Amino acid sequence: MNAKTLYDKLWDSHVVRQEADGTALIYIDRQLVHEVTSPQAFEGLKLAQRKPWRTASMLAVPDHNVPTANRAAGITDPISRLQVETLDANCAEFGITEFKMGDIRQGVVHVMGPEQGATLPGMTVVCGDSHTSTHGAFGALAHGIGTSEVEHVMATQCLVAKKSKAMQVKVEGVLRTGVTAKDIALAVIGKIGTAGGTGYAIEFTGGTIRGLSMEGRMTLCNMAIEAGARAGMVAADEVTFDYIKGRPFAPQGAQWEQAVAFWRTLHSDEGAKFDATLELDAAQIKPQVTWGTSPEMVLAIDGNVPDPASISDSVKRSDTERALQYMGLTANMPITAIQIDKVFIGSCTNGRIEDVRAAAAVAKGKKIAANVKLAMVVPGSGLVKAQAEQEGLDKILIAAGFEWRDPGCSMCLAMNDDKLSPGERCASTSNRNFEGRQGQGGRTHLVSPEMAAAAAIAGHFVDVSKL
Amino acid sequence: MQKFSQLDGLVVPLDRANVDTDAIIPKQFLKSIKRSGFGPNAFDEWRYLDHGEPGMDNSKRPVNSDFVLNQTRYQGAQILLARENFGCGSSREHAPWALEDYGFRVIIAPSFADIFFNNCFKNGLLPIKLPAYQVDALFNAVETNTGYKLKVDLERQVITAPDGAVYSFEVDAHRKHCLLNGLDDIGLTLQHVSDIKTFETKHSAAQPWLFA
Ligand code: SF4
Repeated sequence: MNAKTLYDKLWDSHVVRQEADGTALIYIDRQLVHEVTSPQAFEGLKLAQRKPWRTASMLAVPDHNVPTANRAAGITDPISRLQVETLDANCAEFGITEFKMGDIRQGVVHVMGPEQGATLPGMTVVCGDSHTSTHGAFGALAHGIGTSEVEHVMATQCLVAKKSKAMQVKVEGVLRTGVTAKDIALAVIGKIGTAGGTGYAIEFTGGTIRGLSMEGRMTLCNMAIEAGARAGMVAADEVTFDYIKGRPFAPQGAQWEQAVAFWRTLHSDEGAKFDATLELDAAQIKPQVTWGTSPEMVLAIDGNVPDPASISDSVKRSDTERALQYMGLTANMPITAIQIDKVFIGSCTNGRIEDVRAAAAVAKGKKIAANVKLAMVVPGSGLVKAQAEQEGLDKILIAAGFEWRDPGCSMCLAMNDDKLSPGERCASTSNRNFEGRQGQGGRTHLVSPEMAAAAAIAGHFVDVSKL
Repeated sequence: MQKFSQLDGLVVPLDRANVDTDAIIPKQFLKSIKRSGFGPNAFDEWRYLDHGEPGMDNSKRPVNSDFVLNQTRYQGAQILLARENFGCGSSREHAPWALEDYGFRVIIAPSFADIFFNNCFKNGLLPIKLPAYQVDALFNAVETNTGYKLKVDLERQVITAPDGAVYSFEVDAHRKHCLLNGLDDIGLTLQHVSDIKTFETKHSAAQPWLFA
């Protein structure tokens, strides 16, 4: 028998039919829905007088537009409000389960799904959102799709897709203190570039990955898309099963045993062939900070901002010049000399309980620096928020000067009121540092929650492992 | 979906790598619940000098005359020439909607981000991958020749330049068929309802917890 990769197994077990050119119909087990990329899909469905194929496979939540403060007042921006109301109406019309804004289970779609046990090993998961790759952390095949595809999956329960190539990113060794899954993700992107994973599904393997919590694995798979890969995955193991067990959408009773037995078969076989392999030594990874306007523009905390004059490739040189100019940085300056104005801890990358704990551990008994105008912690979901409050983390953070908000995407993409003003510089635990991502003219530096909290206290980037 | 077979179109060069979907259509425009009308806000932050919000009269906004799309010689361009990893970032289909609404039908680049590449085909836009050295040559040609046009023939999978040079390109048979005939995938897939049902029965027997 041929040795198969995890990706082969997930793919093969979902092929409904395949054309001669390799185009396949893939069956979808779970579709997550949010307010931004679904209205046109629902409209298309209705115009064609179609109904969702299997509403039980769908789970919806508003997250991008929701306010993170003063929720009782509702959404003040009428256009944002209409988008959320449209989701509510569509879910009501078709009988789709939705966790609305007032529901404690509401949160960023990629935090909410796994938290509910709605993401399971062996599943195919889609959502009209590129960070759907997050769910691959459970040994699922999960990818982001466009709105036409959202409509397609609603109508047919299938996705038209072609198999990607398989890449293995193998990380072995012990992480230094203060180095997290986020730093692994950024280090990988720094190595292969934002297009390095294009056309691949990435499986993260190795002892370091096995040692990560589910939260860490989700952070890693979440960022796979920033390396250009549509899907990232980690084979399920005891850590996965422990996380899932007892969650509302998880299998129960005899089915649980049956499921776990099946899930144990979902791993890359000995000798399975990958189209590409990247190996990393965990001990070499230092806390990472992005300096530019693409996640691949990243350096270790002890690095210096690049000098365009030393770059020979002309496209790269002009990209670097443009990025430095946008970011308001000078060539060769140390990363630790970069002063920040704001701090954002949250998002589907780093808005889980472990992330809040990490930030609180760094902030405990300290105060944010005088030059930091705003440091906000936005839990990834209402349940993360409740858990953190039960552990007293909110009090620690508030005492240190952080704002403690309600769950949502918030300043990850600034579709709600949380945004940077032009020229403002932010230490952010989100996943994208594109121009204008956190507000027009805003400057984003991507870091881990530990590094963001440390920067809030120091007022500039510091090596959290040396605190 | 709009059909695509042939085009003889003016080319505009966008000389930046890693152009992301946030740049193609900034997030404030994603609040729309419609599929159309995004064209005037394509590349909003680069095209205008002020900050754009939905509902503004775009014809009254101050224009950034340095931005390539605003230069007189490129008005009416239907072919966008771009650099590597075009369309990276979010899955928003608003990006191809905006490009299509602006008037583009073809995007030529050395590489594209996956989701964006897929989304183009669903909206009558043809993304073409050419080797980097050919894209370089085209950048040179467009910048030195005002009114530079290319002929794109999807049926034959070739681009013909004014100097007679021919560039051939790859495209999936399935996507080509859909684009040539303006077919949307849902209708095609629904021809296979019985296959889907058969699969579903087998799948629910193997992993019943997925259907609990
Ligand atoms: S938190 Fe950010 S990246 Fe994640 S779904 Fe929301 S907007 Fe997208």
